[in-house]
Formats: sequence, C-alpha cells, structure tokens
Amino acid sequence: MIDDITLGYLILLFPLITFVVNGLFLGNKCAKAAAIFAVICNGLAFAAAGTLAFHYFSSDFAPQKAILFDHTFIPFIGDLVARIGMLVDPLSVMMLVVVTFISFMVNIYSIGYMREDRAAGRFFALLSLFSFSMLGLVVATNLFQMFIFWELVGVSSYLLIGFWYHKPSAVSASKQAFILTRFADSFFLLGIVLVSYVVGNFDFSTLNSLSLIDFQKQFINLGLVTIPKSEALVLGSILIFTGGWGKSAMFPMHIWLPNAMEGPTPVSSIIHSATMVVAGVYLVARLFPFFAICDNALTLIMWVGAFTMVFAAVIACTQKDIKRILAYSTLSQLGYMMFALGACKIGQVVAVTGWTASTFHIFTHAFFKCSLFLIAGSLIHQVGTNDLDAMGGLGKKMKLTYACTLISILAISGIPPFSGFFSKDEIILAAFQGQHYVVFGLALFTSGLTTFYMFRLFFLAFHGAPRHEGVKAGHVHEDFAMTLPIAILAIPALASGFAAQPIFEKFFVPGQMNIPQLVRLDHAEWLPFVAVGIAVVALVIAWVLYASPWAKVGRALDETNRSGIYKVIYHKFYFDEMYYAVVRQFIFGGIARVARAFNDYVIEGLLAFTVWFVHKLGDLVRFAQAGYLPFYLGTLIVGVLLWRFFGQLPL
Amino acid sequence: MNTILFNSIWVLPLLTVLACVLIPATYAKAIRTIHVTSATIVLAIVCYLTYVVYALSGTPADPAAAPLALRFFTDIPWLSMFNANYIVGADGLNMLLLALTAFIVWAGVLVSLNIKGNQKIFFALIQLLATSVYGVYMSFDLVLFFVFYEMEALCMYLMIACYGSGKRDYGGKKLTLTLAFGSSMILATLFGLYFESGATSWNLIEISKTTLPMDFQMWAFPLMFMGFAVSSSLFPFHFWSPDGHSAAPTAVSMLAAGVMMKMGAYGCLRVAMFLMPDAAKIWLPYVVALLIFNVVLGPFIAIRHKDLKYITAYSSISHLGLIFLGLAAMTPIGLRGASLQMISHGFLTGLFFATIGMIYERTHTRDITEMGGIMRKMPFLGVGFVLAGFAGLGLPGFSGFIAESTIFIGAFQQDSTLTRIVTILAILSITTTAVYILQTANRMLHGPLPQKYESLTDGCFREKLVIVVLVACLLFIGVCPGWISELLDQSIAPIFEKISSAGLQ
Repeated sequence: MIDDITLGYLILLFPLITFVVNGLFLGNKCAKAAAIFAVICNGLAFAAAGTLAFHYFSSDFAPQKAILFDHTFIPFIGDLVARIGMLVDPLSVMMLVVVTFISFMVNIYSIGYMREDRAAGRFFALLSLFSFSMLGLVVATNLFQMFIFWELVGVSSYLLIGFWYHKPSAVSASKQAFILTRFADSFFLLGIVLVSYVVGNFDFSTLNSLSLIDFQKQFINLGLVTIPKSEALVLGSILIFTGGWGKSAMFPMHIWLPNAMEGPTPVSSIIHSATMVVAGVYLVARLFPFFAICDNALTLIMWVGAFTMVFAAVIACTQKDIKRILAYSTLSQLGYMMFALGACKIGQVVAVTGWTASTFHIFTHAFFKCSLFLIAGSLIHQVGTNDLDAMGGLGKKMKLTYACTLISILAISGIPPFSGFFSKDEIILAAFQGQHYVVFGLALFTSGLTTFYMFRLFFLAFHGAPRHEGVKAGHVHEDFAMTLPIAILAIPALASGFAAQPIFEKFFVPGQMNIPQLVRLDHAEWLPFVAVGIAVVALVIAWVLYASPWAKVGRALDETNRSGIYKVIYHKFYFDEMYYAVVRQFIFGGIARVARAFNDYVIEGLLAFTVWFVHKLGDLVRFAQAGYLPFYLGTLIVGVLLWRFFGQLPL
Repeated sequence: MNTILFNSIWVLPLLTVLACVLIPATYAKAIRTIHVTSATIVLAIVCYLTYVVYALSGTPADPAAAPLALRFFTDIPWLSMFNANYIVGADGLNMLLLALTAFIVWAGVLVSLNIKGNQKIFFALIQLLATSVYGVYMSFDLVLFFVFYEMEALCMYLMIACYGSGKRDYGGKKLTLTLAFGSSMILATLFGLYFESGATSWNLIEISKTTLPMDFQMWAFPLMFMGFAVSSSLFPFHFWSPDGHSAAPTAVSMLAAGVMMKMGAYGCLRVAMFLMPDAAKIWLPYVVALLIFNVVLGPFIAIRHKDLKYITAYSSISHLGLIFLGLAAMTPIGLRGASLQMISHGFLTGLFFATIGMIYERTHTRDITEMGGIMRKMPFLGVGFVLAGFAGLGLPGFSGFIAESTIFIGAFQQDSTLTRIVTILAILSITTTAVYILQTANRMLHGPLPQKYESLTDGCFREKLVIVVLVACLLFIGVCPGWISELLDQSIAPIFEKISSAGLQ
C-alpha cells in the first residue's frame, strides 16, 4: 500500500504534471491526447484523494490535525517562516475529495464540450492548473501558502474565463474577475502582513489558538492611529476576510461572478462548485477560531453573507440567461455558507452548528451545482444560446438530462431526501439557534426564492412547447462524454446528504478554541417541516406560473413590458453600470488622469523651467563672450578702475 | 583560478571589442558571432562563479575584506598618485547582480542581431556598456567604482542617439544629462568621504571602518543617496526614464531598465547607507515620502499611457520604488527584499522589453490601441509578454512575488509612522499594477485581429530562446527562493550590522 505522505504528494502532483505536460508538450499538437492524459491524471488524483480520505476517516486518528509534509519556502525573521506544507484534517480531506472529484468530472465532460475547439490542449492544461492551485490552497498550513495558491487560483480563473480571447466580452469579463478579486486580495495581503507582524507567525495552528488578552497591553502604530495590538488583530481578521469577500463574490464585489459566465461552461462549473468561489468560505472556515475571538468579525461575516444570499436570489428570479440564473444561485448559496459561519457567535460563546452546517453545505453544494452547470452547458450545446427564450420542451428529447436536472434542482431546493435538504436545514437551524432571527427569516425566505427560480428555470427549459427550430426539428441528442459526468454527479446530488451527515456530525468541529463554546444545541424539530413547506409552496407557485395549463410562457419571458421594480431587478440593480461608471470616471478619469497630469505638467514643467533657467544663464554669459572687442576693453578698464579704488591695486 | 576568471568578467567584453576593431564592418556576421560567443562565455563564467559563491557560503571569506564576506578579492595598486587601487571582489549580492547583468547582456546581444545601422559599433558599445556595469558591481574602490559608473551613461547616450527610435535625441540627452547631474552629486560627496574619513585610500572597506563626523554625514548622505537614486528613477528624478526607454533600441532598454537602474539602488545600499549609517537612520524615514509617487502614483500613470515602452517605464518606476521602500525600512528583511527586487525586476523588465522589442519589430508600432489579437499570430511572444506581466504584478511562482512580499513584510517591521503609511499604500496598490498590466495585455494580445497584422510571424528560435531563458530565471527564483535569500542574507548582514549599531556611540 502507498503510505499517506506519498498519497499527499500524488494528489498535488497529478494535476501539476498534467498542466506541465499538456501546456508544454501535448497542448498544441494533439488535443485528443491532452484530453485523455488530463482525464487519467485527474482520475488518479481523485483516486489518491479518495484513498487518503478513506484512510483518514476510518482511522482512530480522525478528527485531529496532521501535517503530511512541510518544506521551508522562504524564511523571514524568527518564527516568521513561509512554508509549503500539507495539512490534513477533516475539512481539508473533505475538500480534497470534492475538488479532485469535481475536476475529474469536469475533465471528462470537457472531452465532449471542447471537441471542436482547436485550443483544447491549452484548455486541459489550464483546467489542471486550476485544480492544482485549489488543492494547494486547501492543504495550506499557513497564511502565506494560502495566499500563494489563492493568487494562483485567481490567475488560472483569469486565463480560463478569458479562454476564448478573441471574444471581447470574455476578455473583459476575465479582466474584471481578476482585478476585482485582486482588489480584495490586496487587503488580504495587508491583513497577512499585519497579523503576521503582530503574531510573528503565519501558521494556522498559532493563529487559531490565539487569545486577544495577551495583546491588549501592547500598541502598534498604523500610521495615522496607534491602537492596541488586540484591535490590530481584529482589523487584520477583517482584512483577511476581505480576501474571502472578493473571492467568494459577496456583495458588493459580486459582479464578476455572473459576468464570468463568458468562459467555457466547464470552467463555470468548476469555478462555481469546487475551485474558486468556495475558497473564500474555506478561508473563513479554516481560520474560524481566529475569527471567533475577533469580536465583530463574525457578525460582519454573517451580515455580508445574509445580504448576498437574499440579494442574489431576488436577481435570479428574473434572469433569462440560464448560466446567469445559476451564477446568481451560486452567489445566494455562498451567502448561506458565509452567514452560517458568522451566525455561530451567540453573545460571547460560540456554537459549532453553523460551522458544521457550512462545511457540509460546501460539500453537498459542489455536487449539485457542478451538475447543474454541466447540464446548462449541454443544453447550450444543443440550442446554441444561453437564453431561455430558445429552450423549452427539451425534457422529451433529453430524458437522462431531464432526470438528473430534477435531482439537482430538488437538492438545491432543500427537499428531502436530496442532499441540499440536510445541509441547508442545518444552516437555517444555526441561524435560529444563534438567535439571529432576522437572518433566520431571510434564510427561510431565500430558500423559498431558491425553489422558485430553480423550478422556473426547469419548467421554462424542459417543459412546454419547443421554442427553438432545432429542437422542433428533433436535432437534439445527448453526447455520451457530456452526459456521463452529469449522470455520475446525480448520485452524490441525491445521496451525499444522508450518506455523509453522520461523518460531518462526528468529525466536523472547528478545532480547539479559546472562547467558551456550546458544542450542541437542541434541534428545533419543527424547522424542517417549515422549510420544506415553504419550498413546496414556492414550487407550486413556479408550476402555476410557468408549467401549468394556464401558464403564460410568453409573458414570463418578456422583460420589456414590466413594472419598474422588475426592470431594476432584471438589470441586477444596475450594479454593472455603477461599477463601470466608478471605474471609468473615478479611477481612469479621476485619479489616473490627475496623476498623469501631475507628472506631465508639474514635474515636466519644473524640468522645463530648470532648462529654461540654465539657458538664460547661458545667454547672459554668452553676451559677454560674443567677441565684441569694445566690450572686452570696456570691462577691462572698468575692472581695473574698480580694482584700483576698492581693491589693493597699487596704482 | 576563480579569481582570474572573476577578473575576466569585465575584461572579456573589452577584449572582444578590441578584437573586433580589426575586422571591417562589412563582415557583420563574423562580428555578431564573436559577440554572441563572448557574451555566452561571460554568462557561463558568471553562472559558474555564482555557484562557487553559493557553494562556499558559510566558509570564511577573505580576511582582507572583513567585515564584508567577499570572494575573489583582488587588491592591486593602480593610480598611486591618488591612492586609488584596483580592488574588486564579490559577495552574494554582487554575484547575483553580476549574474543578472550577464543574462541581460546575453539576451540583449541576441535580440539585437538584426539591428539596423553599423552593427560593429553597436555591438562594441553594448560590450562597453556591459564592461562598465560589470565593473560597477565588482569594484570596491570608490574611484574605480565611479569610473565604471560614469562610463556607462556615456555608452548609453551614444547608443540611444545613434540607434534609437522616435525622439531619440531628446530622450538620449534627457537620460544622459539627468544621470550626469546625479553623478555630480555623487562625485562631490565621494571627495568629501575621502577627506573627511582620513582614510589612506579610496578603499570602501577601509572607509567603512572609520567614523565620519555627523555634520558631514548630515549633508553628504542625502546628496549621495539622491545622486544614486537618480539612476534608479526615484521621484522627483524619474523623468528621464520614460523618454529614455522609449527612445532606446531594445537591447539598450533591456540593459537600462534591467541592470543600469539597479546600479543606483546598489550604490545607495553599498556606498551611501554602508558608509554613512548614522545619517541614513535620520534621513531615510523621510525619503519614504517620495515613494508615494513611485509606488502609488506610478501605476496610475501607466494606466493612462498607450505606448508600450512608456507603460513599462512607469511600471519600472513603481517597481524600483519598492526597492527603495525595502532600503528605507532598514530592517534585515527589508534590505533582503530590496536586493531580491533588484534581481527579480532585472529579469522581469528584461523580458518585458525583449518581448516588446520583438513585437515592435513586427508591428512597427508600440501604440496598444492600434494592436489587437496578436496572440493568434504570435502565440509564443504573446505568452512571453503575459508571463512577464504576471511576474510584474507579483504572481506567486515568479520572482516578483517573492521580492514584493519580502519587501512588504520587511517594511512593516519598521515602526516609523511614515514608513507604515507608505507600506500600507504600497500593499494596496498591487491592484493598480494588475489593472495596467491586464489592460495592456488584453488590448494588445486579445480581441479581434486587425487586417494589417494577418501576415505576422511568431518568434524565431533565437527569440524564443531568449524568452525561455528569462522566464526560466524568473521561475527559478520564484519557486526556490530559499537559496537566494540565504546568499543575500549573508551579504546584507554586515550592512545591517553597521546600520543597527549606528547612532549608539
């Protein structure tokens, strides 16, 4: 048998090797070989991760942390050493399995999806880079390593979103995604620098076992203010969270995620389920004990999450682009995960329900969201557009896809026994137990909205009369390479809830914390009935509006003849426009223009003045040296006279 | 043996020039071959010697050069009437800078093989430039140092004025005069140093052991620091670099931005801060204020520019500002970060200017608004440019990230108010860097391809080789930064020792 350390290396190495081999050697020439190589390597990585998970969870060692390997990357001062290591604990093992599995599925799917693309080799290389970066992030043992892979995740998403670089919309979407997340990352980096300065260490184990009391007596100068180090840590925790805020596309940094739809669909699928956006949630979950000691950080996290959850769900109800609907649903689900982490704090104590629920939701969400995106891709492949306008009636032609979609949609709607029910129920319970009743109400409301917009999509795409010529004519088929992963993913979308719940309840606690914690609170027995009741009501509403015999589909898809509020929501509250206005007017037209004007006029002006001044001085001297004899004689005489009367010339 | 090899680093390029004097300019091919061979040999020697220095690290160095850990130390009488000697040697920092120079010179010679005009003189000037830069990074005698330092600006002027493009006369003059202005400040203080220290020679190590009077240091340090900072384009003396770079031919841009601009920062560290640590401690916390322009505003100015070379020049200005941030922090990590950034930025900007030059040779424009979709026609050059961009915006895996994060962490260790503010601003401005780099790459490489570029070709083997080697250097430093930080730490330790003990007596 292979030992765990080798397994750990293998998990990281397989995607890396795929990236290098496909990127340098196979990419250009033989796309087919690149695809097969990528699928095999990612499959092996998944096998390694699965074996590691099996070893880990079946051993007695289970909920403890272990570091499989740890290499010094660059030493700074004292204990401040950046390391590249591999941390194994329930959270990271779970993520390893999820990331490798999703990436395996997406690679299989891409064989079908990218079949006609001539740059498919590059695609497979970048896809593996993406999963490699995420795997490195997941196993990080310290903040520095996390940041390294965090940035690599960012850049691989940039390259993949802008994969079709001849499409201007894809290029600008990729730029927007990178710059917005980079903007958040600059705060993350500042947070890392600040926290590591105060604590003198990057390691998660040190950060997670801090106690603020040790830092109250020391002060730190932050330029404009001098504050106690304990407060600097709170500030640092918020700055670090800002990194996750941007990466997880929480409001108001959410706009890049729906626009990232311009990339190939497998990329959207992997971004939304496993690699990119959950990184923010993962960061908070990883540093949870640290955030818990920092007073207001968790409250901020909760409100950011809760607001994004409702906000995105409302937008999703009106959209027509199926990938956009799914993107907003991801935002909303990320909001759930984020607020569940934040809702853990009850006064001065912490209940771990929310943490378990959130990580559980990362797990279940990955499967059904990946599956939904792959389905969306395969629908788009059939009708050639993202628009619901052109769909409808696809259910009859794509039976297997239809069934799998239904499973995933029931899962995201939180209807038992599908996976989403278990995790979402725990999240809502966490809000209730945390006595955050407003958020609790919002979460229930959003769960209704979720069911509504998902079934809206479902009914409009699969039911009713076909609205696309190709579908009417019967040119619809299910591609094997594309349908296989969808079918495989339906299994965990259905079963991962009840199958994994015991594991999560047994092993998933956020580690030793320095504040009192309530390990388990009473389960509110009535809650699942309420949540499911709301979901069923929303389902019925969606059915009445979009699939029942008296539904007006034409009216449902018409966004022009609508009330003001509907239009505002349809245009995503005009956030894209506001963003562009701010960037154009304030950054490019404002700061940058002023900076350049300062340089071009003030600095160059001063330079020109100096040059002019030197020239004038030269002119003065030149006049004296013009070779004009009377001038020389005159100055000679005047000089001699002056010397005679004021100096010591003996005349 | 190694010492002879070491001395041959600067002699070989000179010998190459002399050898080529005998060959008529019409035999351009032979001349090119000789120059490429010579540059390659020097590169090999320097790489070998860097390895030797790394392998020797930890063993006691030449006692004559204590407290500096110099290898290959040579001390020969030279101009005895001024007490100026030929003193050369290298520690980790010097050796890495020499290696950087050798790589950039080699790449510069390779990219300019089909330059227009008199090739014989062009290559001779490149080799002379290389000689002077090697000399600066080797010499430990102040007179020798200054001779090499001056020689470099003159070669630069001739090359820009004769082989440049655009406003080459203006750019060349602006560059040379500004650098000469800096040199005059340095020269004034060098005399002061010699006389005030009461040393018997111009030996840097000897002067460093004397204690310079405080009132002298107080005026001499800022003068000398700013004099050196001129060539590293510290605000307000940055104005020469955009015009100079844009007018210069590719190889000169690479050398100017890659190695010559590091000479200033190196001089600040090795001469100004090392010899006058007491004044450095008082002045440097205020110098930081100048960096707000370099680090924070520089990238914004780059956003507004359309010319590739201007964009890269402003990007260099902002990256060099980070070197000064590391220096001004005066912490061991900050100084190491500054040295790392010197090396990393050399490779990075060399790659930048190399790819820009290659693209310019094909498109005959450097205006990014006129380009588009070039990636489809020139995937290799496009990828090279994008990788340079990623290294520039501090992507982990490339050396830029290592250097920048080291500087940030090091600068944050410094407790002075102004340094804290500037460090925070510098960290936050990594976004702006990303903006101009992505904007440039997207406009130039992506999007639809204009009709007129349909016939463009990708890089040839020689160009690909240059890109591959420079990218490999960036990746090598970025992926295994441990050895290089170890090497730099040993050379920085004596300098930091001097600074930290300053002001105590």
